[in-house]
Amino acid sequence: MSSGIRFDGVSVAYGSATVLDSLDLTVEPGEVMALLGPSGSGKTTALRAVAGFVRPVRGRVFIGDRDVTELPPHRRGIGMVVQQYALFPHLRVADNVAFGMKAQKVAKSEIPGRVSEALEMTGMAAYARRYPRELSGGQQQRVAIARALAIRPGVLLLDEPLSALDAQLRSGMLAELARLHRELPEVSILYVTHDQVEALTLADRIAVMDKARLQDCGTPQELYRSPRTEFTASFVGNANLLPVRVGDGQVRLGEAELKVDTAGVASGVTATLCVRPHLVGLGEGTNALRGTVAEVQWRGATHRLYVDVAGQRVKADVRELRQPPGLGESVALHFAPEDAVLLSAGVAADE
Amino acid sequence: MLVHSRKGRWALWALFLLFFVPLFALPLLVIVAASFSTNWSGAFPSGPTLGHYAAATRGDALRALTTSLVTALTASVLALVVGTWAALAAHALSKKGKRLMDALFMLPVAVPSVVVGLAVLVAFSQPPFLLNGTRWIVILAHTVLVTAFAYQSVSAAVVRLDPAYEQAAASLGARPSYVLWRVRLPLLLPSLNAAAGLCFALSMGELSATMMLYPPDWMPLPVRIFTATDRGSLFTGSAVAVVLMGATLLVLLAVSRIRTRASYR
Repeated sequence: MSSGIRFDGVSVAYGSATVLDSLDLTVEPGEVMALLGPSGSGKTTALRAVAGFVRPVRGRVFIGDRDVTELPPHRRGIGMVVQQYALFPHLRVADNVAFGMKAQKVAKSEIPGRVSEALEMTGMAAYARRYPRELSGGQQQRVAIARALAIRPGVLLLDEPLSALDAQLRSGMLAELARLHRELPEVSILYVTHDQVEALTLADRIAVMDKARLQDCGTPQELYRSPRTEFTASFVGNANLLPVRVGDGQVRLGEAELKVDTAGVASGVTATLCVRPHLVGLGEGTNALRGTVAEVQWRGATHRLYVDVAGQRVKADVRELRQPPGLGESVALHFAPEDAVLLSAGVAADE
Repeated sequence: MLVHSRKGRWALWALFLLFFVPLFALPLLVIVAASFSTNWSGAFPSGPTLGHYAAATRGDALRALTTSLVTALTASVLALVVGTWAALAAHALSKKGKRLMDALFMLPVAVPSVVVGLAVLVAFSQPPFLLNGTRWIVILAHTVLVTAFAYQSVSAAVVRLDPAYEQAAASLGARPSYVLWRVRLPLLLPSLNAAAGLCFALSMGELSATMMLYPPDWMPLPVRIFTATDRGSLFTGSAVAVVLMGATLLVLLAVSRIRTRASYR
């Protein structure tokens, strides 16, 4: 039953526009892989290549050991949930969930039991007799998940399943999805999203995509704590990216000398220092950066400060301040040496 | 609402009635009035009678009514099947192919129906396709004429159909034929229903092509109205026309009731 997904050099093009450029990626059996990227990055195309709705111009797609590249969608044995749910409006909830089993000619006696099992699992058993239009967005999404799970797929494809829900429902559904995956540990999940929180919360591994290419792939911790590329650093966690000149055991940003781990980067080159905004503190300390306040945003529990330091705008998220600094005021920021990552990729030799 | 002031709304109503009553309602009312009278020489008809209706619902007139109903029903069903099939097929074609299909199915609408009638007459008067003199030539001509409308309205609905439904069905393991019967056609049902009503109404009123084709034993109601008024029996013709109108409206009403039930989505 359990089967992973493997992309083997998959390229997809519409006319002359390449929307997915030779993707190599393996989703292990039972793993949750998030495809994270901005819109137009090719992540949905990758998912649709697994589902069979787009045809790769090059490369092969495997589900388990099966090469499914040439198979039509209905013979691939996948479950899919899309952003707009796509529940059949003319069928009741129970008939929506039973649809896949009826289409696959599952024994009639078995269907009602499996329908109520799937609805039970998503907490929708009480709504079996309703029509989709009589349900809220969150309920429709649960039914869509139940419908996809009822056919007992080895692979579950989720295409931005939560983006049509409001913030509160979304975090509830995230917890639900995590629970579902604990209950069905053998199902591999490919989860397409542009929301880093969803990816960090749910995924075993995250594949970061941009401009039709896979940029980075790793566990959420790896990508968050030690990103390998600027794109990953800024897209996952919205990091400060500061161009610095690398010295020996320290780097320079304008006048400021900052102590960070420079292992693996030659001295004398220009590199990018990555610091998360919430790890930047206000006031003097180690690695002090002095500048003027350009903007202050109050976000309830935190203040987001934008401070111009040596021509760079540094973001800092600090706990709500009783007296936030005024615009144009000179302030000092600091961060701990171990909270900064010097990006080794994209290092340019000094000209 | 576009107009907010009370005065403006009254003015709009007055304008609407000014155009609607003389253009749409009055001619029909005149027919109804004429069907109940024996004489119309002054401003108003005179000599009220039900005699024309007695004649219009008996014998030849009744046979013409059933002829019309059978022709319209058969032609509508055929047109719906052919039109839907063609619309679904055209949707799957490339852009060029789709445009070709659109143009092809525009033909019966663009060409005057007299020409369609003549074409059908010439084409089916020789073996091996000898239909001339049978009811089938009338039904065939009606089908050709109304299929264009069925194709167009179904085609518009097919384009609007969200592909997410078919894709969801396919991802659940449904074969294309299963998707067609269980998802696409049910979702198209309201449009199919509307198309059926349109085809039926058009076929019930078809005269010009029918005139060229009808055999003596298959005379639809419009032809009968035409011959009656042509002979000068204006009031009998009016009564038959009212019967035609009533029958068409009744069927359309029934069809639209099914539509309300089908459009719960």
